[in-house]
Amino acid sequence: MNVVDLQKKLIAAAKAAPPGVGVPYAFEHRIMAHLRSAPAIDNWGTWAVGLWRASVPCVALMVGLSIWSAVTPDNAPTASATSTNGDISQQIERTVLAAAEQDQAADSTW
Amino acid sequence: MSMVFPYSAAMERTEAELIAAVLKGDAGSFEPLVERYSPRVFATARRYARRESEVEDIVQEVWLKAFQKLGSFRGEAPFEHWLMRMAVRTCFDFLRSHQRNREHAFSELSDSESDWLERFVTQPETASEKADAARQLVQRVLEELSPSARLIITLLEIEDRSVKEIAELTGWKVPLVKVKAFRARAEMRKVLTRLAKDKYL
Repeated sequence: MNVVDLQKKLIAAAKAAPPGVGVPYAFEHRIMAHLRSAPAIDNWGTWAVGLWRASVPCVALMVGLSIWSAVTPDNAPTASATSTNGDISQQIERTVLAAAEQDQAADSTW
Repeated sequence: MSMVFPYSAAMERTEAELIAAVLKGDAGSFEPLVERYSPRVFATARRYARRESEVEDIVQEVWLKAFQKLGSFRGEAPFEHWLMRMAVRTCFDFLRSHQRNREHAFSELSDSESDWLERFVTQPETASEKADAARQLVQRVLEELSPSARLIITLLEIEDRSVKEIAELTGWKVPLVKVKAFRARAEMRKVLTRLAKDKYL
């Protein structure tokens, strides 16, 4: 059997029989009734529902973090940690204020 | 003195007025649009769904979507084009959601389908493409295709649409349509080869 010819023949058969354009009786009335019965979209309501749903994972996360921080044995900083944290905070402070310090230095030269 | 508008211009004006009224909250103005374009939407849906109840469900969904998304219609293209894009996409969604196990055996062909195939093999010119059996057979073959292959074969081969038109209707890029068309033809040939094998081996 020649598959390519069969394909052409079947496509021709499908072309020869276009689908009907008939519309069931009073179909437009049915659609309109459906549209009128459908509730209008309430944007504020949708937003509120979204917020309400988002609150659940937020509360869960907050509770989880609270438990974790309570269960962690001792958060007292050690000497080395203090020096490291101090270094980091100082580095951040220096980086952030670098531009201001440069400006001050430039002003003082004038 | 009365002004005479060209037919299409008058149609567009009326359509634009109807759409504007719907957008202002007059839902009743949507009814003439439903009445005017339902035949085309039904014809499109009947290409993809066999049962009339399924066809009606598809058309209803198209109109509900059209009503909800009417605000996004910018009026740059005719309303009909915008609506047909929605119809084709809804039909594609229908095909995807109703995709069952498509590998059916062709040994269950009806007598008339078998006769038509016999005639095609022995005397191809006597197997008329206008025969009911040929129509049933092509429907059976199309149902064996994947949703995208069926959509492409229908639009490209049966409805004779261009690749660009298909890209606009489906929202796919032109190169993607070309790739899908190549694959769809190959898939159809594969289904037909299986048909020949089931029938004659």
